[in-house]
Amino acid sequence: MTFQPSDTPALVSIRGLSFSRNGRKIFDNIDLDIPRGKITAIMGPSGTGKTTLLRLVGGQLRPDSGTVRVAGINVHRLGLDELYALRKRMGMLFQSGALLTDLSVYENVAFPLREHTRLPESMIRTLVLMKLEAVGLRGARDLMPAQLSGGMARRVALARAIVLDPMMIMYDEPFTGQDPISMGVLVQLIHDLNHGLGLTSIVVSHDVQETASIADYVYLISGGKVVGRGTPAELARSDSPWIRQFMDGLPDGPVHFHYPSKDYASDLLGFVASR
Amino acid sequence: MNIVLKPFQLLGQSALVGIRKLGRAHLFILHVLTGLPGLVARLDLLIVQMYSVGVLSILLIMISGLFVGMVLGLQGYYVLSDFGAEESLGVMVAASLVRELGPVVTALLFAGRAGSALTAEIGLMKATEQLSGMEMMAVDPVKRIIAPRYFAGVVSMPLLAALFSIIGVLGGYFVGVGLLGVDEGAFRSQMQAKIDFDEDIVNGFIKSLVFGAVVTWIAVFEGYDATPTSEGVSRATTRSVVYSAFAVLGCDFVLTALMFGKD
Repeated sequence: MTFQPSDTPALVSIRGLSFSRNGRKIFDNIDLDIPRGKITAIMGPSGTGKTTLLRLVGGQLRPDSGTVRVAGINVHRLGLDELYALRKRMGMLFQSGALLTDLSVYENVAFPLREHTRLPESMIRTLVLMKLEAVGLRGARDLMPAQLSGGMARRVALARAIVLDPMMIMYDEPFTGQDPISMGVLVQLIHDLNHGLGLTSIVVSHDVQETASIADYVYLISGGKVVGRGTPAELARSDSPWIRQFMDGLPDGPVHFHYPSKDYASDLLGFVASR
Repeated sequence: MNIVLKPFQLLGQSALVGIRKLGRAHLFILHVLTGLPGLVARLDLLIVQMYSVGVLSILLIMISGLFVGMVLGLQGYYVLSDFGAEESLGVMVAASLVRELGPVVTALLFAGRAGSALTAEIGLMKATEQLSGMEMMAVDPVKRIIAPRYFAGVVSMPLLAALFSIIGVLGGYFVGVGLLGVDEGAFRSQMQAKIDFDEDIVNGFIKSLVFGAVVTWIAVFEGYDATPTSEGVSRATTRSVVYSAFAVLGCDFVLTALMFGKD
């Protein structure tokens, strides 16, 4: 029996969401459900607004229409204080890690605790070391962000994202630009943290194999629409040409290799003709 | 038709862009000011920024102040000695420095030294998603990052301007009394008698406070509003210095007219 999002209550539910930027429609009336306690992947070609979707869920952007509910709360109806209260329960891992470059690894992970709690220093130390241990970087606590590799920076950012014990984490392209080893480490970490800490994870990615290996459910987005949905196994069996092209990484298909342009021959001759 | 209208269209467009930006800048500074109560509770953040904005500018300000004062001493002596009024050198040097050169030159140097650094720092934090990341950690970057930098600039500027004026007077004294043989007692006593606390020192202080508020406002806003790319940050840094220079000189004219334009 395969998993369906309707089997578990949704933590994030998106209804009729439309969003456009600079006159370009990025989402056109999409519906999505992120089931609680699962890893849900949102995949699609670059430039389809996957990161934008995470920013809409986090309340950093406002939709043109439609609703985003997180734990039953309509994100875009909240005042700033309530939104910040909700964000304390959501972690987000940016593609770059977004570590504060003037603080050490230890201070970066301690940052949310120092800003939001009045815990004594000894407690902060224990929490930070526990989270750093979880991502395998307890020994790197005194390094500065500039001394870290890309993969390590993401792991530190991950430790920081879980330091307040959020209910969900959003990963923005966690595997991009990683070597195979740190890619494997990140895949393992996302999986283990989700199940070990009882989180809900949203992974935005276009790395099909890695993401499919840990995702419970996958949404494929393209051209502002949800063009495919299902468990990784279902998508692998799909006979939709678009899904086939994306999952198998074929250079040409329903998504063309060429950017839309006028006819090649007349384009080449156009210069002569215009003289 | 189109060719006739095009320039007007472009003019209107750039005016609208400018007005929108001005609107954003004002909303932004209001947001920054709301960070003041929180900052009082976190003075450590302010002190760190005062170090990088203020303390690290001290050497530049001192050296510049010394040379400006020495040049004033030389130039003033040549003019005043024609009238046999070289005893007034102290007044001339001190009044020029306290009223005008202290606040203005310090503000221009401050914009180049600290303002550009603030713009670049904030712009890069934006480009590397640090500000966004902070928002997602439920920390308001305007209050946590911008407000300490802004108030550090506002507090540091008058102190630096005062330092500039003091060192400048010493420079003028060194040239006038030490090298050119102006009477030491006359230099001092005329300066003490003619420089008025309210008229000169308080007004100079107000000027430097205004310049500090304006220059730092431009610097932090340009950084925060920068296009988050390397080119965007570089343009924002340039704009920060250029706009600051215009703003300082423009404000200086208005303030001088208001402060010294009576009678």
